[in-house]
Amino acid sequence: MSSEVNDWLRQDRLPHIYCTGCGNGTVINCTLSAVTQMGWQIDDTVFISGIGCSSRAAGYVSTDSLHTTHGRALAFATGVKMAKPELNVVVFTGDGDLSAIGGNHFIHACRRNIDMTVICINNMIYGMTGGQGSPCTPEGKISTTTPYGAHEPAFDLAELAAAAGANYSARWTAYHVKQLTDAIKTGLEKPGFSFIESMTQCPTSYGRRNKLRTASDMLEFMRTNALLLSKKRRMEERGEKIPADRFTVGEFVNRNKPAMGVPER
Amino acid sequence: MQGNYACAEGALAAGCDFFGGYPITPSTEVAEQMALRLPKLKRTFIQMEDEIASISAVIGASWTGARAMTATSGPGFSLMMENLGYAVMTETPLVVVNIQRGGPSTGQPTMSAQGDMMQCRYGSHGDYSIIALTPSTVQEMFDLTVKAFNLADRFRCPVFLMSDETIGHMREKITIPDSVEIIPRKPLKEGMLPFEPEEDGVPGFPEFGKGYRTHVTGLTHNMKGYPDATDCEVHANLVKRLNDKIESKKEEIADFDLVNTSAEIVFVTYGPATRTVRQLMKDRDDILIGHLNMRMVWPFPSHALAEFTSAKVFIVPEMNLGQIAGEVKKNTNVPVLPVPKIGGEMHTTGDLTDAMEEFL
Repeated sequence: MSSEVNDWLRQDRLPHIYCTGCGNGTVINCTLSAVTQMGWQIDDTVFISGIGCSSRAAGYVSTDSLHTTHGRALAFATGVKMAKPELNVVVFTGDGDLSAIGGNHFIHACRRNIDMTVICINNMIYGMTGGQGSPCTPEGKISTTTPYGAHEPAFDLAELAAAAGANYSARWTAYHVKQLTDAIKTGLEKPGFSFIESMTQCPTSYGRRNKLRTASDMLEFMRTNALLLSKKRRMEERGEKIPADRFTVGEFVNRNKPAMGVPER
Repeated sequence: MQGNYACAEGALAAGCDFFGGYPITPSTEVAEQMALRLPKLKRTFIQMEDEIASISAVIGASWTGARAMTATSGPGFSLMMENLGYAVMTETPLVVVNIQRGGPSTGQPTMSAQGDMMQCRYGSHGDYSIIALTPSTVQEMFDLTVKAFNLADRFRCPVFLMSDETIGHMREKITIPDSVEIIPRKPLKEGMLPFEPEEDGVPGFPEFGKGYRTHVTGLTHNMKGYPDATDCEVHANLVKRLNDKIESKKEEIADFDLVNTSAEIVFVTYGPATRTVRQLMKDRDDILIGHLNMRMVWPFPSHALAEFTSAKVFIVPEMNLGQIAGEVKKNTNVPVLPVPKIGGEMHTTGDLTDAMEEFL
């Protein structure tokens, strides 16, 4: 971790609360690397989050930070950005926070295409409360509230963001550190709503129940099963079957529609 | 001017920078007027996806230093409860206008009520205190909205304008002054922590974007703003302070009229019933009628009751089943007669005459 990235961390709040093997630190590091590459100033930036493991991240960043209520981070962020567009706004959220309780705020923030960057740490589970199923728990996977396997289809958040109107939507994983950092940087540069989803390992609450007991098991799973969006599309064109457990990564949308809350420069 | 418009004009006069809202009868005219007026003043109006988002956006805006508000009615007010608690816990100044209608649930969208008086005081979970103002005229819709912003900034808490369909949709002549008194939020003093109270129990405000690097959380937090959710003493001290900063000033900030303090029959009112009592006093000038009219119901001005030294009864007409009558009972040994009226219409002088009959 570079010294510049260290400046963006509240040193007096470390060590963090994350479990051994958690991938959140990787995503925070990628985010702060992208932020420092942008040359942003700590005092011109606000980190905002909801509730959950991922949402604790905002509290470790040394900017002004708003740790809000469950699911509502984007609505708070909308208020901050619309009241003071010159502030850079970055949101940390998780799959449960964003897509279950915060689902409506998510689609409306995408629709407004409001100028902020949202980093969703998707660990496919409610980690903070001990491993309950979320709208992103893949079908068949075990959690404490899906003890016989999740039987509901999972959300595809990156597709959802693209469909709802975001200017930028991408998905990578905590294994794909370089691509993730680059995607976050693209999101930070882009006026309008940028959504970056990072599939992230939670060996404690997810992997343990799904035959991926260690962080390395989970990272290996993500490395093996990540399927580049362009490749998936080629496979579909050729009528090839997409194997189970494969999930798409890459850029889902990258466009320049008019956006809200963009500062006058 | 209509009451709801007067509220919007009061907000603009008070320097309201940000309105986030969602349409709901009978409060919608406040949002409509703000949508019309704010953009021309280069300030922000945004219609959010629901009332949860509205209050969230208002809190976010407030942290950038904006004077921020929303307006709603019962069903929307219920949705706001979650983040009103957050505003209390994070000491975020903001103004919430509730043009009350009949409940529970969807109830009577176009009819008047005062059924949310306890909800505004106790509706979010946990212990806390807030300030609630209660206009009984269109002029007061303007004046008390201005006052609400000043109180919110002074105490760093949500302040409620608890009006109702009757006053919100009433049309009366009002006087809008060229300028109004604005008491700005005090900034965080150098060397003080972001949640460290000054002598008055209220911390200075570390506005976002000014280099304070403050962490704000709804978790129990220490004076630095950092989560500390398992230390019993930190929690007790924080929550007691959030209560005391308001309750300890209740006599100083109280806003009421006392009329005929030597009367034996005393009406205690807020909102529309104030008007009925004033009419009754004109109609029945043969009897000495006492009147406590409250423009601020929370914190409850218990000391005002003691001014009526000869009171034999406090009669409390309100458009609910006796919410504030209960509060009066808590604060006096004098008998209290609630005169509840629900259904959507304000009290008539006949209702009040009937009520005081047995005490004549």
